[in-house]
Amino acid sequence: MKYLDEFSDPDVAKKLIDQIHAATTQKWALMEVCGGQTHSIIRHGIDQLLPDGVEMIHGPGCPVCVTPLETIDRALAIAARPGVIFCSFGDMLRVPGSSQDLFSVKSAGGDVRVVYSPLDALKLARENPDREVVFFGIGFETTAPANAMTVYQARRLGVRNFSLLVSHVLVPPAIAAIMESSTCRVQAFLAAGHVCSVMGTAEYPPLARKYKVPIVVTGFEPLDILEGVRRTVVQLEAGRHEVENAYPRAVREEGNVPAMEMLADVFEVTDRTWRGIGAIPRSGWRLSEKYRVFDAEQRFDVTDIYTAESSLCRSGEVLQGLIKPHLCEAFGKECTPRNPLGATMVSSEGACAAYYTHRRLELVDVK
Amino acid sequence: MQDVTAMVNDVPDLDIEGWACPVPLRDIPSVVMGHGGGGAMSGELIEHLFLPAYGAAAAADLGDSAVLTIGSGTRLAFSTDSFVVKPMFFPGGSIGELAVNGTVNDLAMSGATPLFLSTAFILAEGTALSDLGRIAQAVGRAAEDAGVRLVTGDTKVVEHGSGDGVYLNTSGIGVIPPGVDIHARRALPGDAVLVSGDIGVHGVAVMSCREGLEFGTTVESDTAALHGLVAAMLATGTDLHVLRDPTRGGVSASLNEIARASDVGIELVERLLPVPPTVRDACSLLGLDPLQVANEGKLIAIVPAEDADRVLAAMQAHPLGRSACRIGSCVPDHAGMVVAKTGLGGSRVIGLPIGEQLPRIC
Repeated sequence: MKYLDEFSDPDVAKKLIDQIHAATTQKWALMEVCGGQTHSIIRHGIDQLLPDGVEMIHGPGCPVCVTPLETIDRALAIAARPGVIFCSFGDMLRVPGSSQDLFSVKSAGGDVRVVYSPLDALKLARENPDREVVFFGIGFETTAPANAMTVYQARRLGVRNFSLLVSHVLVPPAIAAIMESSTCRVQAFLAAGHVCSVMGTAEYPPLARKYKVPIVVTGFEPLDILEGVRRTVVQLEAGRHEVENAYPRAVREEGNVPAMEMLADVFEVTDRTWRGIGAIPRSGWRLSEKYRVFDAEQRFDVTDIYTAESSLCRSGEVLQGLIKPHLCEAFGKECTPRNPLGATMVSSEGACAAYYTHRRLELVDVK
Repeated sequence: MQDVTAMVNDVPDLDIEGWACPVPLRDIPSVVMGHGGGGAMSGELIEHLFLPAYGAAAAADLGDSAVLTIGSGTRLAFSTDSFVVKPMFFPGGSIGELAVNGTVNDLAMSGATPLFLSTAFILAEGTALSDLGRIAQAVGRAAEDAGVRLVTGDTKVVEHGSGDGVYLNTSGIGVIPPGVDIHARRALPGDAVLVSGDIGVHGVAVMSCREGLEFGTTVESDTAALHGLVAAMLATGTDLHVLRDPTRGGVSASLNEIARASDVGIELVERLLPVPPTVRDACSLLGLDPLQVANEGKLIAIVPAEDADRVLAAMQAHPLGRSACRIGSCVPDHAGMVVAKTGLGGSRVIGLPIGEQLPRIC
């Protein structure tokens, strides 16, 4: 991973920061779409080094954050059932549903396991034929191919005791929803590099044209983000709105074709609710008809579980860039990483959690 | 007679019904894994459950070991620790070495020379005796290497399904040399913050062989007994203010505890942090912060700035401190908080980890 050093070089960073300062003549509001970018910006203090005129708005791209409350409650209901082995990535375990989280279900005797790949869950299913093994399949276009591959394998191998609790969401419809909002302040996007490494960049030019916003695909290391900001500001200052790929070492225009073929076979586009934002038409994936038998919601009959978000929480506004995290009245009070009310405080990569964790010096009343 | 500085008085009765416990997940009346993670959840369990429940009997200073004054002034350090590591065997060691070194180090962090240890085994029915034998041998070897005697012990077996493999508790007693006063409350603005070597190594070694996470790495646990290193540091004649071994919760948890106990700010310089490339890459892959990953053979020292070079030289001359370095300073600003200067020139707060370290989704 020599790469990491090369893309954190402070001397190169200084040059990029100087170029951004030189290029900026007026105020611009840029949204980084992905929680990984948010985390990198806050962790490295990048936003502190940008000109006052360049404001970074934190976008909705944290898969843990945007998983709807009712999906978490459905997961908790399934995980609590006897005979079920419920598998999840680690960071979903602390995300609270309306009354508890997966850690609590585990402590009450539920068989909840952290896995590092959905294929590990499938392996567990094959090793435990008398148990039902469920994998919590959440995330953006990034995590979806591996989940699709796992369901494909389950069908191919005839593993009947495996199912997927699906809550996949798609980035381009979210960008459109943000731009359609009457209160939208976003003038340009840093698109998420790993999403584009799967899906390519073809979905972005129509968005850039329709909403007249520059979209620059970036990675996650400090220099990736600074280069993305630099290119975005240069476009904005010149009155251009194009799609640029500032992450060519990982992203090709056509994307990862075999992965997209797998996705098209296993999933189909559906309407999806985003935690903190609400319903966005055609913004998610569900299992296609051919694979519907692997749908955990159907198998465990939890589709009638509905729950409402906290009325105190303003994470939807944070996710759309309308307010900064600390401007929510509940921030640091009723809502902390240990007791999160809403989407953006839920995951360590959420904007509110990043502010709470790393920015308390500036927010002195929040300790 | 005990000389314990922070007696807990006037503690309220524990009223479970009306309990407004600020422990995370307050709506869930049961223990979760994070309560044992060494971070904020562990601390709040002690503060809001154990200490109030113990009432006037509590004489806890909440350091790595208790300091007990006997007779005319002999000071003993006393510590206990339980080990439930999974897997029991990992690159560079086993639960056996950990259990000995862990308690030896807790004693060493008050400057004590460790003398005696107890071992209490809780064994799950069905555990292979060959595994238990390997662990017992590791205990013996580590104790011999550390120069401590195993003077008492206990063995219990729990039914299959009630436990998992081998759990091991060790308690230890050591003697603190006259004139030595090392305590988390003694950090002062201006003091230097030193670390004895590479950080995050043990945590990554254990994670690398956990079920489902077999990533190729050459990282081996750094488990080691540190009292010899501490003795070398004390031999410089420096007034060591604070020592901590950053185990669960990592460097981040230890420094936060020191900052709060001493009411000083701590400022780290990220580019000075000794994070080996293998640890950094593994943490990057898993979305973990090396500052929050456990260590088992490292110490943090807070010393007067004017003595820092002398202490560092003594540490670097010791086999367990060859890569010792200065990583920051205590400052008068942001009392109680740890802040890092990033490589790019920004800053960020280094928080106390909450519970368990959780690899992120992507």
